[in-house]
Amino acid sequence: MEKRKYYQPDAETMPVEEIKKLQSEKLVEQVKHVYAHVPYYKKLMDEKGVKPEDIKGIEDIHKLPFVSKSDLRDTYPYGLLAVDLADCVRIQSTSGTTGKRVIAYYTKHDLDIWSDCCARALVAAGVDKEDVVQVSYGYGLFTGGPGLNDGSHKVGSLTVPMSSGNTDRQLTFINDLNVTCLCCTPSYAAYIAESFKEKGISPDQISLKAGIFGAEPWTNEMRRTIEKGLGIKAYDIYGLTEISGPGVSFECEAQTGMHINEDHFYAEVIDPDTGEVLPEGTPGELVFTCLDKEAFPLLRYRTRDICILVREQCSCGRTFIKMKKPTGRSDDMLIIKGVNVFPSQIETVLLKENYSENYQIEVSREGTTDVFDIYVELLPEQFDDTVKSIAEKEKALKGAIKAMLGIVPNVHLVAPKTITRSEGKAVRVIDKRKLVD
Amino acid sequence: MAVKQLSVFMENKPGTLANLANVLAEANVDLKAMTVADTKDFGIARMIVDDTEKALIALSSAGQTAKVREVCGFKVPDQVGGLAKVLSLLGDNGISIEYMYAIVTSDSDKAHMIVRVDDNEAAEKILLDNGVELLDI
Repeated sequence: MEKRKYYQPDAETMPVEEIKKLQSEKLVEQVKHVYAHVPYYKKLMDEKGVKPEDIKGIEDIHKLPFVSKSDLRDTYPYGLLAVDLADCVRIQSTSGTTGKRVIAYYTKHDLDIWSDCCARALVAAGVDKEDVVQVSYGYGLFTGGPGLNDGSHKVGSLTVPMSSGNTDRQLTFINDLNVTCLCCTPSYAAYIAESFKEKGISPDQISLKAGIFGAEPWTNEMRRTIEKGLGIKAYDIYGLTEISGPGVSFECEAQTGMHINEDHFYAEVIDPDTGEVLPEGTPGELVFTCLDKEAFPLLRYRTRDICILVREQCSCGRTFIKMKKPTGRSDDMLIIKGVNVFPSQIETVLLKENYSENYQIEVSREGTTDVFDIYVELLPEQFDDTVKSIAEKEKALKGAIKAMLGIVPNVHLVAPKTITRSEGKAVRVIDKRKLVD
Repeated sequence: MAVKQLSVFMENKPGTLANLANVLAEANVDLKAMTVADTKDFGIARMIVDDTEKALIALSSAGQTAKVREVCGFKVPDQVGGLAKVLSLLGDNGISIEYMYAIVTSDSDKAHMIVRVDDNEAAEKILLDNGVELLDI
Protein backbone atom coordinates (compact mmCIF):
# COMPACT_ATOMS: atom_id res chain seq x y z
CA MET A 1 0.00 0.00 0.00
CA GLU A 2 1.33 3.41 -0.92
CA LYS A 3 2.09 5.69 1.97
CA ARG A 4 -0.01 8.72 2.65
CA LYS A 5 1.59 12.03 1.85
CA TYR A 6 -0.67 14.07 4.12
CA TYR A 7 -2.79 13.17 7.12
CA GLN A 8 -5.49 15.76 6.32
CA PRO A 9 -4.83 16.79 2.71
CA ASP A 10 -7.84 19.14 2.49
CA ALA A 11 -6.47 21.30 5.30
CA GLU A 12 -2.78 20.89 4.63
CA THR A 13 -2.95 21.88 0.97
CA MET A 14 -5.76 24.42 1.22
CA PRO A 15 -5.30 27.46 -1.04
CA VAL A 16 -4.03 30.48 0.91
CA GLU A 17 -7.21 32.56 0.26
CA GLU A 18 -9.32 29.79 1.74
CA ILE A 19 -7.03 29.56 4.78
CA LYS A 20 -7.48 33.31 5.36
CA LYS A 21 -11.25 32.98 5.01
CA LEU A 22 -11.35 30.07 7.43
CA GLN A 23 -9.14 31.91 9.91
CA SER A 24 -11.39 34.98 9.72
CA GLU A 25 -14.52 32.98 10.43
CA LYS A 26 -12.91 31.15 13.29
CA LEU A 27 -11.38 34.26 14.85
CA VAL A 28 -14.69 36.16 14.88
CA GLU A 29 -16.35 33.26 16.71
CA GLN A 30 -13.40 32.73 19.03
CA VAL A 31 -13.32 36.39 20.14
CA LYS A 32 -17.06 36.28 20.91
CA HIS A 33 -16.59 33.05 22.86
CA VAL A 34 -13.68 34.38 24.90
CA TYR A 35 -15.26 37.78 25.58
CA ALA A 36 -18.39 36.11 26.85
CA HIS A 37 -16.75 33.45 29.00
CA VAL A 38 -13.44 34.77 30.31
CA PRO A 39 -13.78 37.83 32.56
CA TYR A 40 -10.03 38.40 32.43
CA TYR A 41 -10.11 38.68 28.63
CA LYS A 42 -13.18 40.90 28.74
CA LYS A 43 -11.31 43.21 31.09
CA LEU A 44 -8.20 43.30 28.85
CA MET A 45 -10.32 44.04 25.77
CA ASP A 46 -12.40 46.66 27.54
CA GLU A 47 -9.23 48.37 28.73
CA LYS A 48 -7.99 48.47 25.15
CA GLY A 49 -11.39 49.65 23.94
CA VAL A 50 -12.00 46.65 21.68
CA LYS A 51 -15.40 45.00 21.36
CA PRO A 52 -15.98 41.58 19.78
CA GLU A 53 -17.88 43.27 16.91
CA ASP A 54 -14.71 45.23 16.05
CA ILE A 55 -13.13 41.96 14.95
CA LYS A 56 -14.59 41.27 11.52
CA GLY A 57 -11.81 39.13 10.15
CA ILE A 58 -8.24 38.00 10.59
CA GLU A 59 -6.99 41.43 9.42
CA ASP A 60 -8.41 42.92 12.63
CA ILE A 61 -6.38 40.67 14.93
CA HIS A 62 -3.86 43.44 15.66
CA LYS A 63 -6.62 45.26 17.57
CA LEU A 64 -6.64 42.57 20.25
CA PRO A 65 -4.47 42.82 23.37
CA PHE A 66 -1.50 40.51 23.84
CA VAL A 67 -1.26 37.99 26.63
CA SER A 68 1.99 36.67 28.03
CA LYS A 69 3.25 34.25 30.60
CA SER A 70 2.64 36.79 33.35
CA ASP A 71 -1.10 36.82 32.50
CA LEU A 72 -1.10 33.06 32.89
CA ARG A 73 0.56 33.40 36.27
CA ASP A 74 -1.89 36.08 37.38
CA THR A 75 -4.86 33.92 36.48
CA TYR A 76 -3.51 30.59 37.76
CA PRO A 77 -5.12 28.09 37.96
CA TYR A 78 -8.58 28.65 36.43
CA GLY A 79 -8.61 32.30 35.38
CA LEU A 80 -8.40 31.83 31.61
CA LEU A 81 -10.71 28.84 31.39
CA ALA A 82 -13.37 29.51 28.74
CA VAL A 83 -15.69 26.54 29.33
CA ASP A 84 -17.16 24.78 32.35
CA LEU A 85 -14.61 22.67 34.14
CA ALA A 86 -17.07 19.80 33.70
CA ASP A 87 -16.50 19.96 29.94
CA CYS A 88 -12.74 19.59 30.31
CA VAL A 89 -11.26 16.12 30.08
CA ARG A 90 -7.52 16.70 30.50
CA ILE A 91 -4.93 19.07 31.80
CA GLN A 92 -1.28 19.34 30.83
CA SER A 93 1.31 21.48 32.49
CA THR A 94 4.58 23.15 31.59
CA SER A 95 7.89 21.91 32.89
CA GLY A 96 8.18 25.08 34.91
CA THR A 97 11.73 25.66 33.65
CA THR A 98 11.13 29.40 33.37
CA GLY A 99 9.13 30.15 36.46
CA LYS A 100 5.75 29.12 37.74
CA ARG A 101 3.89 26.25 36.19
CA VAL A 102 1.18 26.87 33.63
CA ILE A 103 -1.85 24.61 33.51
CA ALA A 104 -3.62 24.16 30.19
CA TYR A 105 -7.12 22.64 29.91
CA TYR A 106 -8.53 20.56 27.08
CA THR A 107 -12.00 19.54 26.05
CA LYS A 108 -12.48 16.39 23.97
CA HIS A 109 -12.54 18.63 20.91
CA ASP A 110 -9.26 20.29 21.93
CA LEU A 111 -7.52 16.93 22.35
CA ASP A 112 -8.85 15.92 18.96
CA ILE A 113 -7.32 18.98 17.29
CA TRP A 114 -4.05 18.48 19.10
CA SER A 115 -3.69 14.83 18.13
CA ASP A 116 -4.62 15.69 14.52
CA CYS A 117 -1.74 18.16 14.50
CA CYS A 118 0.67 15.54 15.80
CA ALA A 119 -0.65 13.01 13.27
CA ARG A 120 0.09 15.53 10.50
CA ALA A 121 3.66 15.83 11.81
CA LEU A 122 4.12 12.06 11.85
CA VAL A 123 2.77 11.56 8.34
CA ALA A 124 4.98 14.44 7.13
CA ALA A 125 7.93 12.46 8.53
CA GLY A 126 6.94 9.49 6.39
CA VAL A 127 5.10 7.58 9.11
CA ASP A 128 2.03 5.49 8.29
CA LYS A 129 0.02 2.55 9.62
CA GLU A 130 2.80 0.01 9.03
CA ASP A 131 5.29 1.97 11.12
CA VAL A 132 6.32 1.44 14.71
CA VAL A 133 6.61 4.70 16.62
CA GLN A 134 8.56 4.85 19.87
CA VAL A 135 7.53 7.87 21.93
CA SER A 136 10.45 8.64 24.23
CA TYR A 137 9.28 12.04 25.32
CA GLY A 138 8.23 12.17 28.94
CA TYR A 139 4.63 11.14 29.60
CA GLY A 140 2.47 12.75 32.21
CA LEU A 141 1.97 16.46 32.62
CA PHE A 142 4.54 17.24 29.93
CA THR A 143 2.84 17.52 26.53
CA GLY A 144 5.58 15.72 24.57
CA GLY A 145 4.63 12.13 25.38
CA PRO A 146 0.82 12.36 25.29
CA GLY A 147 0.87 14.53 22.13
CA LEU A 148 2.91 12.23 19.93
CA ASN A 149 1.29 9.17 21.50
CA ASP A 150 -2.20 10.29 20.50
CA GLY A 151 -0.98 11.48 17.10
CA SER A 152 0.54 8.08 16.44
CA HIS A 153 -2.75 6.39 17.41
CA LYS A 154 -4.58 8.58 14.91
CA VAL A 155 -2.18 7.63 12.15
CA GLY A 156 -2.74 3.99 13.13
CA SER A 157 0.92 3.23 13.78
CA LEU A 158 1.96 0.74 16.42
CA THR A 159 2.79 3.03 19.33
CA VAL A 160 5.45 2.23 21.92
CA PRO A 161 4.66 4.47 24.91
CA MET A 162 8.21 4.41 26.23
CA SER A 163 8.55 7.77 27.97
CA SER A 164 12.05 9.06 28.64
CA GLY A 165 14.79 7.37 30.65
CA ASN A 166 16.12 3.83 31.04
CA THR A 167 18.23 4.11 27.92
CA ASP A 168 19.18 0.43 27.76
CA ARG A 169 15.51 -0.47 27.54
CA GLN A 170 15.03 2.19 24.85
CA LEU A 171 17.68 0.51 22.71
CA THR A 172 16.28 -2.97 23.34
CA PHE A 173 12.77 -1.98 22.23
CA ILE A 174 14.05 -0.16 19.16
CA ASN A 175 15.96 -3.29 18.16
CA ASP A 176 13.45 -5.95 19.16
CA LEU A 177 10.35 -4.24 17.76
CA ASN A 178 12.01 -2.82 14.65
CA VAL A 179 10.95 0.67 15.60
CA THR A 180 10.96 2.95 12.54
CA CYS A 181 10.26 6.36 14.09
CA LEU A 182 11.65 7.81 17.31
CA CYS A 183 10.07 10.82 19.03
CA CYS A 184 12.02 12.55 21.81
CA THR A 185 14.06 15.64 22.61
CA PRO A 186 17.05 16.17 20.30
CA SER A 187 19.50 15.90 23.19
CA TYR A 188 18.06 12.53 24.15
CA ALA A 189 18.19 11.39 20.52
CA ALA A 190 21.89 12.28 20.49
CA TYR A 191 22.36 10.29 23.69
CA ILE A 192 20.54 7.29 22.24
CA ALA A 193 22.78 7.49 19.14
CA GLU A 194 25.84 7.60 21.38
CA SER A 195 24.60 4.61 23.37
CA PHE A 196 24.10 2.56 20.19
CA LYS A 197 27.62 3.43 19.13
CA GLU A 198 28.98 2.30 22.48
CA LYS A 199 27.29 -1.04 22.07
CA GLY A 200 28.97 -1.39 18.71
CA ILE A 201 25.69 -1.13 16.79
CA SER A 202 26.22 0.81 13.57
CA PRO A 203 23.56 3.12 12.06
CA ASP A 204 22.79 0.66 9.23
CA GLN A 205 21.92 -1.99 11.82
CA ILE A 206 19.32 0.29 13.45
CA SER A 207 15.78 -0.10 12.13
CA LEU A 208 14.91 3.59 12.63
CA LYS A 209 14.11 5.64 9.51
CA ALA A 210 12.84 8.88 10.94
CA GLY A 211 12.85 10.87 14.13
CA ILE A 212 10.66 13.73 15.33
CA PHE A 213 12.56 15.88 17.75
CA GLY A 214 11.54 19.03 19.58
CA ALA A 215 10.77 20.66 22.94
CA GLU A 216 14.17 22.33 23.10
CA PRO A 217 16.25 24.44 20.75
CA TRP A 218 18.68 22.58 18.53
CA THR A 219 20.84 23.46 15.59
CA ASN A 220 21.10 22.09 12.07
CA GLU A 221 24.58 20.85 12.95
CA MET A 222 23.08 18.79 15.74
CA ARG A 223 20.46 17.53 13.30
CA ARG A 224 23.20 16.19 11.01
CA THR A 225 24.97 14.53 13.96
CA ILE A 226 21.78 12.75 15.01
CA GLU A 227 20.90 11.79 11.43
CA LYS A 228 24.34 10.27 10.93
CA GLY A 229 24.41 8.58 14.33
CA LEU A 230 21.04 6.87 13.94
CA GLY A 231 20.92 6.58 10.15
CA ILE A 232 17.64 8.50 9.92
CA LYS A 233 16.06 11.68 8.66
CA ALA A 234 15.43 14.02 11.59
CA TYR A 235 12.33 16.24 11.61
CA ASP A 236 11.77 19.25 13.80
CA ILE A 237 8.52 19.78 15.64
CA TYR A 238 7.41 22.83 17.59
CA GLY A 239 4.78 23.53 20.13
CA LEU A 240 4.06 24.87 23.53
CA THR A 241 1.71 23.78 26.27
CA GLU A 242 0.02 27.18 26.37
CA ILE A 243 -1.11 26.79 22.76
CA SER A 244 -1.71 23.00 22.86
CA GLY A 245 1.58 21.10 22.83
CA PRO A 246 3.85 19.67 20.13
CA GLY A 247 2.43 19.94 16.64
CA VAL A 248 1.65 23.65 16.57
CA SER A 249 4.06 23.43 13.65
CA PHE A 250 6.02 20.59 12.09
CA GLU A 251 8.63 19.96 9.50
CA CYS A 252 8.18 18.23 6.15
CA GLU A 253 10.73 16.44 3.98
CA ALA A 254 12.09 19.80 2.72
CA GLN A 255 13.57 20.46 6.21
CA THR A 256 13.45 24.21 5.57
CA GLY A 257 11.15 25.32 8.34
CA MET A 258 8.06 24.11 10.15
CA HIS A 259 4.58 24.38 8.65
CA ILE A 260 2.23 26.02 11.12
CA ASN A 261 -1.15 24.32 11.40
CA GLU A 262 -2.84 27.50 10.27
CA ASP A 263 -6.36 26.16 10.31
CA HIS A 264 -6.04 25.99 14.11
CA PHE A 265 -3.33 28.50 15.03
CA TYR A 266 -2.73 31.97 13.68
CA ALA A 267 0.87 33.18 13.84
CA GLU A 268 2.25 36.71 13.91
CA VAL A 269 5.77 37.99 14.39
CA ILE A 270 6.10 41.22 16.37
CA ASP A 271 8.75 43.63 17.48
CA PRO A 272 9.28 42.48 21.09
CA ASP A 273 9.80 46.05 22.28
CA THR A 274 6.98 47.92 20.54
CA GLY A 275 4.49 45.10 19.89
CA GLU A 276 4.25 46.19 16.27
CA VAL A 277 3.43 43.41 13.80
CA LEU A 278 6.37 42.78 11.49
CA PRO A 279 6.14 41.69 7.85
CA GLU A 280 6.87 38.10 6.84
CA GLY A 281 10.57 37.41 6.54
CA THR A 282 11.52 39.72 9.41
CA PRO A 283 12.82 38.20 12.65
CA GLY A 284 10.80 38.96 15.75
CA GLU A 285 8.85 37.45 18.59
CA LEU A 286 6.40 34.76 17.63
CA VAL A 287 2.79 35.29 18.73
CA PHE A 288 0.02 32.68 18.48
CA THR A 289 -3.75 32.81 18.53
CA CYS A 290 -5.79 29.65 19.05
CA LEU A 291 -8.55 29.87 16.45
CA ASP A 292 -10.77 26.98 17.48
CA LYS A 293 -9.72 25.63 20.85
CA GLU A 294 -12.51 25.63 23.41
CA ALA A 295 -11.15 25.29 26.93
CA PHE A 296 -7.98 27.34 26.95
CA PRO A 297 -8.02 29.52 23.87
CA LEU A 298 -5.21 32.04 24.17
CA LEU A 299 -5.38 35.04 21.87
CA ARG A 300 -2.18 36.73 20.76
CA TYR A 301 0.01 34.80 23.16
CA ARG A 302 3.60 36.03 23.19
CA THR A 303 5.85 32.96 23.03
CA ARG A 304 9.19 34.74 23.70
CA ASP A 305 10.54 32.68 20.80
CA ILE A 306 12.46 34.66 18.22
CA CYS A 307 11.89 33.48 14.67
CA ILE A 308 10.97 34.31 11.07
CA LEU A 309 7.76 33.45 9.20
CA VAL A 310 7.97 32.62 5.51
CA ARG A 311 5.18 31.76 3.13
CA GLU A 312 6.66 30.03 0.11
CA GLN A 313 5.71 27.29 -2.26
CA CYS A 314 6.95 24.16 -0.53
CA SER A 315 8.15 21.10 -2.41
CA CYS A 316 5.94 18.97 -0.15
CA GLY A 317 2.80 20.65 -1.50
CA ARG A 318 1.63 22.02 1.85
CA THR A 319 0.35 25.58 1.73
CA PHE A 320 0.73 26.36 5.45
CA ILE A 321 3.11 29.17 6.28
CA LYS A 322 6.51 28.09 7.62
CA MET A 323 8.31 29.27 10.70
CA LYS A 324 12.07 29.03 10.62
CA LYS A 325 13.75 27.27 13.51
CA PRO A 326 13.59 29.69 16.46
CA THR A 327 17.02 31.19 17.01
CA GLY A 328 16.35 30.96 20.70
CA ARG A 329 13.65 31.45 23.24
CA SER A 330 14.18 34.95 24.56
CA ASP A 331 14.05 33.29 28.00
CA ASP A 332 17.09 31.21 27.01
CA MET A 333 19.05 34.21 25.93
CA LEU A 334 21.88 35.09 28.26
CA ILE A 335 23.36 38.51 28.50
CA ILE A 336 27.04 37.98 29.23
CA LYS A 337 29.33 40.99 29.52
CA GLY A 338 26.56 42.96 27.86
CA VAL A 339 26.38 40.68 24.83
CA ASN A 340 23.31 38.63 23.86
CA VAL A 341 24.28 34.97 23.80
CA PHE A 342 22.07 32.10 22.67
CA PRO A 343 23.26 28.60 23.60
CA SER A 344 22.46 27.57 20.02
CA GLN A 345 25.25 29.83 18.76
CA ILE A 346 27.76 28.03 20.94
CA GLU A 347 26.46 24.65 19.88
CA THR A 348 26.91 25.64 16.24
CA VAL A 349 30.57 26.47 16.83
CA LEU A 350 31.24 23.27 18.79
CA LEU A 351 29.79 20.97 16.20
CA LYS A 352 31.49 22.83 13.37
CA GLU A 353 34.82 22.35 15.18
CA ASN A 354 34.05 18.62 15.53
CA TYR A 355 33.41 18.63 19.24
CA SER A 356 30.66 16.64 20.91
CA GLU A 357 27.21 18.04 21.59
CA ASN A 358 27.79 17.42 25.29
CA TYR A 359 28.54 20.83 26.64
CA GLN A 360 27.53 23.12 29.44
CA ILE A 361 27.66 26.87 29.73
CA GLU A 362 28.25 28.36 33.14
CA VAL A 363 27.95 32.02 33.92
CA SER A 364 28.96 33.44 37.26
CA ARG A 365 30.03 36.77 38.57
CA GLU A 366 33.16 37.95 40.28
CA GLY A 367 32.59 41.41 41.70
CA THR A 368 30.89 43.20 38.83
CA THR A 369 32.43 41.11 36.06
CA ASP A 370 30.70 38.21 34.36
CA VAL A 371 32.68 35.01 34.21
CA PHE A 372 31.79 32.90 31.18
CA ASP A 373 32.84 29.24 31.21
CA ILE A 374 32.14 26.56 28.65
CA TYR A 375 32.71 22.90 29.46
CA VAL A 376 33.00 20.56 26.51
CA GLU A 377 33.66 16.85 26.53
CA LEU A 378 36.78 15.81 24.71
CA LEU A 379 36.15 12.99 22.25
CA PRO A 380 38.51 10.00 22.69
CA GLU A 381 39.99 10.52 19.22
CA GLN A 382 40.87 14.13 20.10
CA PHE A 383 42.98 13.13 23.10
CA ASP A 384 46.73 13.39 22.95
CA ASP A 385 49.14 12.74 25.81
CA THR A 386 50.54 16.26 26.19
CA VAL A 387 49.07 19.13 28.16
CA LYS A 388 50.23 21.41 25.36
CA SER A 389 48.02 19.79 22.72
CA ILE A 390 44.94 20.12 24.89
CA ALA A 391 45.78 23.73 25.73
CA GLU A 392 46.09 24.41 21.99
CA LYS A 393 42.68 22.88 21.34
CA GLU A 394 41.15 25.02 24.07
CA LYS A 395 42.74 28.12 22.61
CA ALA A 396 41.46 27.37 19.10
CA LEU A 397 37.95 26.81 20.40
CA LYS A 398 38.11 30.02 22.40
CA GLY A 399 39.03 31.87 19.21
CA ALA A 400 36.16 30.31 17.25
CA ILE A 401 33.65 31.25 19.95
CA LYS A 402 35.04 34.75 20.16
CA ALA A 403 34.61 35.09 16.39
CA MET A 404 30.94 34.09 16.77
CA LEU A 405 29.99 36.07 19.88
CA GLY A 406 32.55 38.82 20.26
CA ILE A 407 33.34 37.80 23.81
CA VAL A 408 35.91 35.31 25.03
CA PRO A 409 34.85 32.39 27.22
CA ASN A 410 37.02 30.19 29.39
CA VAL A 411 36.98 26.88 27.56
CA HIS A 412 37.45 23.69 29.54
CA LEU A 413 37.85 20.39 27.80
CA VAL A 414 36.69 17.68 30.15
CA ALA A 415 36.74 13.89 30.13
CA PRO A 416 33.99 12.03 28.28
CA LYS A 417 30.84 11.30 30.30
CA THR A 418 31.60 13.96 32.90
CA ILE A 419 28.78 16.28 31.80
CA THR A 420 25.49 14.88 33.03
CA ARG A 421 23.42 13.35 30.26
CA SER A 422 19.85 14.43 29.80
CA GLU A 423 16.91 12.14 29.41
CA GLY A 424 14.54 15.03 28.98
CA LYS A 425 15.50 18.61 28.35
CA ALA A 426 19.27 19.09 28.39
CA VAL A 427 20.70 21.39 31.02
CA ARG A 428 22.90 23.52 28.80
CA VAL A 429 23.10 26.62 30.91
CA ILE A 430 23.92 27.19 34.55
CA ASP A 431 23.58 30.83 35.47
CA LYS A 432 24.98 31.36 38.94
CA ARG A 433 24.57 35.13 38.86
CA LYS A 434 21.98 36.46 41.22
CA LEU A 435 20.82 39.45 39.23
CA VAL A 436 17.25 39.57 40.46
CA ASP A 437 15.55 38.92 43.80
CA MET B 1 63.16 -0.37 20.44
CA ALA B 2 60.58 2.21 21.45
CA VAL B 3 58.74 1.87 24.73
CA LYS B 4 54.93 1.80 24.71
CA GLN B 5 53.31 4.32 27.02
CA LEU B 6 49.69 4.46 28.03
CA SER B 7 48.13 7.86 28.75
CA VAL B 8 44.73 8.59 30.26
CA PHE B 9 42.74 11.82 30.28
CA MET B 10 41.27 12.39 33.73
CA GLU B 11 38.83 14.65 35.43
CA ASN B 12 40.34 16.70 38.22
CA LYS B 13 38.45 15.39 41.23
CA PRO B 14 39.05 13.13 44.23
CA GLY B 15 39.14 9.41 43.54
CA THR B 16 39.86 9.52 39.81
CA LEU B 17 43.39 8.25 40.15
CA ALA B 18 42.36 5.56 42.63
CA ASN B 19 39.70 4.42 40.18
CA LEU B 20 42.29 4.22 37.44
CA ALA B 21 44.61 2.13 39.61
CA ASN B 22 41.71 -0.15 40.56
CA VAL B 23 40.79 -0.80 36.94
CA LEU B 24 44.38 -1.80 36.22
CA ALA B 25 44.60 -3.96 39.34
CA GLU B 26 41.41 -5.80 38.43
CA ALA B 27 42.80 -6.46 34.97
CA ASN B 28 45.93 -7.84 36.64
CA VAL B 29 48.15 -5.22 35.01
CA ASP B 30 51.49 -4.40 36.64
CA LEU B 31 52.53 -0.75 36.73
CA LYS B 32 56.21 -0.14 35.98
CA ALA B 33 56.11 3.64 36.10
CA MET B 34 53.58 6.42 36.38
CA THR B 35 53.53 10.18 36.24
CA VAL B 36 50.64 12.61 36.39
CA ALA B 37 50.50 16.01 34.73
CA ASP B 38 47.91 18.32 36.18
CA THR B 39 46.22 21.50 35.10
CA LYS B 40 43.35 23.43 36.68
CA ASP B 41 40.72 21.37 34.88
CA PHE B 42 42.15 17.99 34.09
CA GLY B 43 45.04 15.61 34.55
CA ILE B 44 46.88 13.29 32.23
CA ALA B 45 48.27 10.10 33.71
CA ARG B 46 51.09 8.45 31.80
CA MET B 47 52.11 4.91 32.56
CA ILE B 48 54.41 2.13 31.55
CA VAL B 49 52.78 -1.24 32.22
CA ASP B 50 53.68 -4.87 31.66
CA ASP B 51 50.83 -5.47 29.19
CA THR B 52 49.83 -2.31 27.33
CA GLU B 53 47.21 -4.00 25.16
CA LYS B 54 45.41 -5.54 28.11
CA ALA B 55 45.54 -2.28 30.05
CA LEU B 56 44.13 -0.31 27.11
CA ILE B 57 41.19 -2.70 26.74
CA ALA B 58 40.47 -2.61 30.48
CA LEU B 59 40.55 1.20 30.59
CA SER B 60 38.50 1.70 27.44
CA SER B 61 35.81 -0.67 28.62
CA ALA B 62 35.72 1.24 31.91
CA GLY B 63 34.84 4.34 29.86
CA GLN B 64 38.23 6.01 30.19
CA THR B 65 39.87 8.01 27.43
CA ALA B 66 43.16 6.21 26.96
CA LYS B 67 45.78 6.26 24.26
CA VAL B 68 48.99 4.35 23.52
CA ARG B 69 52.02 6.05 22.03
CA GLU B 70 55.69 5.31 21.70
CA VAL B 71 58.19 7.07 23.92
CA CYS B 72 61.94 6.81 24.23
CA GLY B 73 63.44 4.90 27.17
CA PHE B 74 67.11 4.73 28.09
CA LYS B 75 69.47 3.92 30.93
CA VAL B 76 71.90 6.34 32.53
CA PRO B 77 74.71 5.54 34.94
CA ASP B 78 73.53 6.19 38.49
CA GLN B 79 76.16 8.81 39.24
CA VAL B 80 76.45 12.60 39.43
CA GLY B 81 76.18 14.13 35.97
CA GLY B 82 74.92 10.90 34.36
CA LEU B 83 71.56 12.32 33.31
CA ALA B 84 73.01 15.71 32.36
CA LYS B 85 75.26 14.07 29.81
CA VAL B 86 72.45 12.19 28.05
CA LEU B 87 70.08 15.14 28.04
CA SER B 88 72.79 17.37 26.58
CA LEU B 89 73.16 14.91 23.72
CA LEU B 90 69.47 15.30 22.90
CA GLY B 91 69.44 19.06 23.39
CA ASP B 92 72.55 19.64 21.29
CA ASN B 93 70.94 17.73 18.46
CA GLY B 94 67.78 19.84 18.53
CA ILE B 95 65.54 17.24 20.18
CA SER B 96 62.90 18.92 22.33
CA ILE B 97 61.64 17.04 25.39
CA GLU B 98 57.95 17.38 26.27
CA TYR B 99 58.27 15.58 29.58
CA MET B 100 60.38 13.03 31.38
CA TYR B 101 60.08 10.57 34.24
CA ALA B 102 61.91 7.67 35.86
CA ILE B 103 61.07 4.00 36.13
CA VAL B 104 61.48 2.19 39.41
CA THR B 105 63.78 -0.81 38.92
CA SER B 106 65.98 -3.17 40.91
CA ASP B 107 68.92 -2.13 38.74
CA SER B 108 71.30 -0.54 41.25
CA ASP B 109 73.84 0.76 38.72
CA LYS B 110 71.60 2.45 36.24
CA ALA B 111 68.60 4.77 36.38
CA HIS B 112 65.88 3.98 33.81
CA MET B 113 64.37 7.06 32.20
CA ILE B 114 61.49 7.79 29.82
CA VAL B 115 61.36 10.88 27.62
CA ARG B 116 58.59 12.03 25.34
CA VAL B 117 59.99 13.69 22.23
CA ASP B 118 58.49 14.59 18.86
CA ASP B 119 60.77 12.39 16.82
CA ASN B 120 61.36 9.14 18.65
CA GLU B 121 63.49 7.52 15.96
CA ALA B 122 65.86 10.46 15.74
CA ALA B 123 66.28 10.54 19.50
CA GLU B 124 66.98 6.81 19.67
CA LYS B 125 69.54 7.02 16.90
CA ILE B 126 71.43 9.84 18.64
CA LEU B 127 71.45 7.93 21.91
CA LEU B 128 72.56 4.66 20.30
CA ASP B 129 75.28 6.38 18.28
CA ASN B 130 76.65 7.78 21.53
CA GLY B 131 76.64 4.49 23.34
CA VAL B 132 73.58 5.07 25.51
CA GLU B 133 71.72 1.87 26.31
CA LEU B 134 68.04 1.96 25.26
CA LEU B 135 65.21 0.38 27.21
CA ASP B 136 63.18 -2.38 25.66
CA ILE B 137 60.05 -3.13 27.65
